[in-house]
Parts: sequence; C-alpha cells; structure tokens
Amino acid sequence: MAVTAFGLIRIRNLFAVAMLFGVFSLVAALLYVIMDAVDVAFTEAAVGAGITTVLMLGTLALTSSVEKTHGPRNLLAMAVVLVTGAGLIYGTLDMPAYGDPDAPIHRHVADRYIGKSGAEVGPPNVVTSVLASYRGYDTLGEVTVIFTAAVGVLILLGRGRGRHTRRRPEDEPELWRGDERRLRDHRETEL
Amino acid sequence: MEFPGLFNYWVAVVLMMAGFYIVIAQGNLIKKVVGLNIFQVSVFVFYISMGKVKGGTAPILDEGIQLYSNPLPHVLILTAIVVGVATTALALALVVRIRDAFETIEEDETDALEAEDEAR
Repeated sequence: MAVTAFGLIRIRNLFAVAMLFGVFSLVAALLYVIMDAVDVAFTEAAVGAGITTVLMLGTLALTSSVEKTHGPRNLLAMAVVLVTGAGLIYGTLDMPAYGDPDAPIHRHVADRYIGKSGAEVGPPNVVTSVLASYRGYDTLGEVTVIFTAAVGVLILLGRGRGRHTRRRPEDEPELWRGDERRLRDHRETEL
Repeated sequence: MEFPGLFNYWVAVVLMMAGFYIVIAQGNLIKKVVGLNIFQVSVFVFYISMGKVKGGTAPILDEGIQLYSNPLPHVLILTAIVVGVATTALALALVVRIRDAFETIEEDETDALEAEDEAR
C-alpha cells in the first residue's frame, strides 16, 4: 500500500495516477477486511475504488492528462513532512498496542452497542444498528453534506459553465489561450 | 501474521505523510486531490486499526461468538468515506472550472496568471 502511495508521488501521467489510486483503494479495502471492518471494506471498494476513479477519469477527460515536469525536488516541503511525521511517530509511542482489548476506545459505548443492539434495534449487523439508530443524526448530517456537495458540483459545472472564462477585454481571445510568449510580445509592442 | 504493537499507527503515519507531501509539494491540482485522498485513507486506516480487538470477529451478531471488534469506528469511517467522495467530487469540479478559466491546472501557472492580472 505504501508502495502504491509512493508510486503516486512519482508518476507524472495522470491517467496512470487515477488507475493507481484505484489499486490503492482496493488494497485499503483488503486491509479493512483483515481488520474486521467488512462494511467499511465494501464501501471503500465500491465508492473509493469505483466512483472516485470514475470521477477522476471524468475530470481527466475534461482537462489534461499529463502533468508538467517540475524543477528540483522541493526540499522545504520534504523537511516539513519529515518533521511532522517524526512528531506523529513520537505521539504513537503512548498509544495502546494493536488489538489490545483493554484500550480506552473499547471501554465506553461499544459494549452497549454489541450487547443490546440486537434486542433494541434488531439487525444482527451492529454497524447497521449504530449507523441508522444510535448515531442516526450523524447519518443525517452526512446526507446533508452530500446534498450540499451535489448542489455545489451542479452550480460549478451546470448551465453557467463556459460563460465566466477569464477574458480580458483589451486582448485578442487567441492571445490568452495559454500562449504566454505571444501575450508578452503583444504587451511589449503596446508599451 | 503478527506485527509488533504499534506498527498499524506507523503505517497510518507513513501514508499520511505521503499524502501530505503530495498536497504541499506538487503543483498539479488533480495530483493534490489524490494526495488529499491518500491523507484521508490514512486516517481511515488509523481508526479501523484502533477498533480491532485481538481474536475478535466482524461485529455481526451470531450465536456462540463472544468477542467482536468495536463497531463504532466502522460506523464513523463509513460516514467519512461517503463524505470524502462528495468532497472529492466538489474538488474535481473546482479543478474543471479552474481549467475553464485559466486553461491550465498547474498551480504555478495559475499563480503567474493571477499576478499578471493584478499587475495591470
């Protein structure tokens, strides 16, 4: 999984990036199955590997699929990342070990959910009961977020698209179409 | 397969830093969205690994099973995955619009065009 992530940093072809991201999501789903989260794995495989990849491919179709090559590595960014990573690793040293049944996270509501959700809500799948009943407001909020995002996408890509392009009244339209050098020449002749 | 106690957190940290590096160091906007997604998946892995109980099974009630993994992080992450896709869709729509307006999706080029506009 880390290998695919580092591959994503290096690859310049965005089509390959989208495909590799699908692989990354599938590996993540596998990892969730290993860690007993079957519902999450389903969702990740369907939504993460499926819909996100489709969305990315759609975006690539509307934009360009090759990334520009940049100059030298960004050393400052690398330093910031390494320092943050070291701090986080230091922070994990106090965390409970993997799979520890006495970890604080298992001390609170989880027992009640597992013990009583069968009688109180019904479905044998505890995740379903918690999602739809005990934490129903969370799910309502989730739906609100999705609705807002959908409205945003429709506004951004809907009817108005193409009318608000960045036109400069004094330039000829073909000048600003990415041709930087001609634009500069044009301005120099004006001066 | 047995890992030493804190390995799961370290995996999450490494993934998170990979995503973080992509977000701050790469200029391509689609690449940045991918980086954000990697960052997000690292948080998911962190949560799910915290919910695991050694010897437990998936939290689906059945006769004769005493030990289940914690269902609460699973629920939270289910919600987070779906919300993540919604925000990704919004981000990609913004990228498409930026491409419409600037004819490029490289951050340095859009910055240069903006500076040019302000200089006028």
